[in-house]
Amino acid sequence: MTGAAGANAPRGVGHLRGDTPFPAAAERALTDAQLRRNLLRATSTIQAKRAQAVAELDDWQQLRAAGAAIKDAVLAHLDDYLLQLEEQVTARGGTVHWARDANEANRIVTGLVAATGAAEVVKVKSMATQEIGLNEALAAAGIGAVETDLAELIVQLGHDWPSHILVPAIHRNRTEIRDIFLREMPDADPALTDDPAALAEAARRHLRRKFLTARVAVSGANFAVAETGTLVVVESEGNGRMCLTLPPTLITVMGIEKVVPAWRDMEVFLQLLPRSSTAERMNPYTSTWTGSVEGQDFHLVLLDNGRTATLADPAGRSALRCIRCSACLNVCPVYQRTGGHAYGSVYPGPIGAVLTPQLTGVADNPTLPFASTLCGACYDVCPVAIDIPSMLVHLRSRVIADKAAGRRAPTAEAAAMAGLAWTMRSRRRWTWALRAVRLGRVLGWRQDRITRLPAPMSAWTASRDVPRPPRQSFRDWWARR
Amino acid sequence: MRVALFVTCLVDAWAPQVGRAVIQVLERLGVTAAVPLEQTCCGQMHVNTGYPGLAVPLVRRHVRVFAGYDAIVVPSGSCAAAVRHQHAGLAASAGDAVLRRQAEDVASRTYELSEFLVDVLGVSDVGAYFPHRVTYHPTCHSLRVLRVGDRPLRLLRAVEGIDLAELPDSTQCCGFGGTFAVKNAAVSAAMLADKTAAVRATGAGICAAADASCLLHIGGGLSRLGTGVQTRHIAEILASTR
Repeated sequence: MTGAAGANAPRGVGHLRGDTPFPAAAERALTDAQLRRNLLRATSTIQAKRAQAVAELDDWQQLRAAGAAIKDAVLAHLDDYLLQLEEQVTARGGTVHWARDANEANRIVTGLVAATGAAEVVKVKSMATQEIGLNEALAAAGIGAVETDLAELIVQLGHDWPSHILVPAIHRNRTEIRDIFLREMPDADPALTDDPAALAEAARRHLRRKFLTARVAVSGANFAVAETGTLVVVESEGNGRMCLTLPPTLITVMGIEKVVPAWRDMEVFLQLLPRSSTAERMNPYTSTWTGSVEGQDFHLVLLDNGRTATLADPAGRSALRCIRCSACLNVCPVYQRTGGHAYGSVYPGPIGAVLTPQLTGVADNPTLPFASTLCGACYDVCPVAIDIPSMLVHLRSRVIADKAAGRRAPTAEAAAMAGLAWTMRSRRRWTWALRAVRLGRVLGWRQDRITRLPAPMSAWTASRDVPRPPRQSFRDWWARR
Repeated sequence: MRVALFVTCLVDAWAPQVGRAVIQVLERLGVTAAVPLEQTCCGQMHVNTGYPGLAVPLVRRHVRVFAGYDAIVVPSGSCAAAVRHQHAGLAASAGDAVLRRQAEDVASRTYELSEFLVDVLGVSDVGAYFPHRVTYHPTCHSLRVLRVGDRPLRLLRAVEGIDLAELPDSTQCCGFGGTFAVKNAAVSAAMLADKTAAVRATGAGICAAADASCLLHIGGGLSRLGTGVQTRHIAEILASTR
């Protein structure tokens, strides 16, 4: 694919845009002490377990490199692999649909469900359907959607949004969950306690009835093996498998980057994914199916929604390697404190900060690439070695270029940056600038520190003092030494 | 061996004592470092804030200034990381193949202070004396971009009289992040609060690190809280003697 493909490629729509810029949304989230406690506790636990599970494998770095290489090879020939996948799925009785964006995908799925006459679908946990806002689209057509993943069910019953890719209810503790169940589950025992086993049992009873009556299931996919047209879903509860096998119609919505060439590639990803995501050596429920099985009607919806546009940027496309393990969320010091909602997209955390602006175009998510200290913890844990910090830096330059393109005069920041760079291009100017810094000594004269500065530096002094500027720059000291 | 000090713009402007300390340590070890005064800034702030174009002339300047040296010592993990991991790429994006080669060349001879002392000079005991309780914060870029590992700690452990206290959750970012500290001030402050709490839990009177920038942030937080805990660049600790 060439760069030109990006220009005409569809932009991502759906749940990829928040209504508040990240800094403000994050500030709001930080005021919720309960949220911060829930998050820090959960992410620290998963993080430590993951480190242990990964340390067990001597060849982890080689596995990472292999995962990255397989994904890069797929992305380089994505068009070929997708056509092969379509051919294989079709040959085995499935029907393949191509969706340019979320709206098109929603129309396709809604139409397929409506054609069966079903008024309710059961769902396997799926990021792609969260991304496109399928539940709302179905609701608008009078079709109910029941999330069957325990955490997704909690989020759905709480009329809430997922805040984590893998653990969507990570922002809830068990007392909050019990309250949601008691309020929203008509069949819940009023004496329900917040014991995890009791909560799981309540959900199990609630969901069992849904599985047995549902006529349509909707799933996502973790992988699709092009050589045989096989779909792969990886989950921990078995609820996904119930959805995949019981209803007579199965509809899978899958981002086009999820395709892998061959079965042998699964050897790599089925090691990388469980250890990175849930810190498990082997994934509990790995379901695979090929085409229409035993009379089940199977539809595969291939979703672009900004992925082709992402592919067009050589410095950004490796974000499409992501296998949605969320290890980067759990180690991110920003995510750990703000949680996922602040990112305004179904893809939060470091991967969200690089993926979301690329799916939507940077103009629609200009603050996300700046939602990081570039500490590098995400890159270290990424099982497919996505260099997220470098990509964030690249996307920042795209945001700045995009802002500059739309205006005649430079922003105050751009002018300041240019002025500083101009000063730094000359020894004489730099030397004089450092002498000017000394004038700032007047500010800190009273206590040898500066406690208040005007905007925009007031953002610094809101929580930090500034030491009084030194009497002499290093270079002046050196010159007179 | 011709050694040059790239003192960094921040140290030059705001923390000159760090540059003086590096000179002292090097001279004590018999190394006479040059300080080419044409040096200014590695351009990292421009790059990381989204203005790579403004950094390219700074890269050009940097490679010209430091072309003739066998080793370039930098008292900053972050600036050393910018030279080693950003400069060549910036030159490549600017379509300048010559500059790219020059940048790769300068990068290959650029060392963060602890790398230079431990790897190039082969020293871990620099003959320092510092009778204080100190906790060490490993800065993100020294840790995860340069991979300095335990070099700074090896240097600190060899300091006579030092009482090193382990910092809880030491590898967590302090929340500085360059312009992040201002653009996302609330999150930055939340991270800082956790870092200063960790520092205070050690009972150390001094928090040390290899980056003056992170120390400006951590020190600013410790000062605001009125903790009395001071910050020191590791060079300052290594420079002090009886």
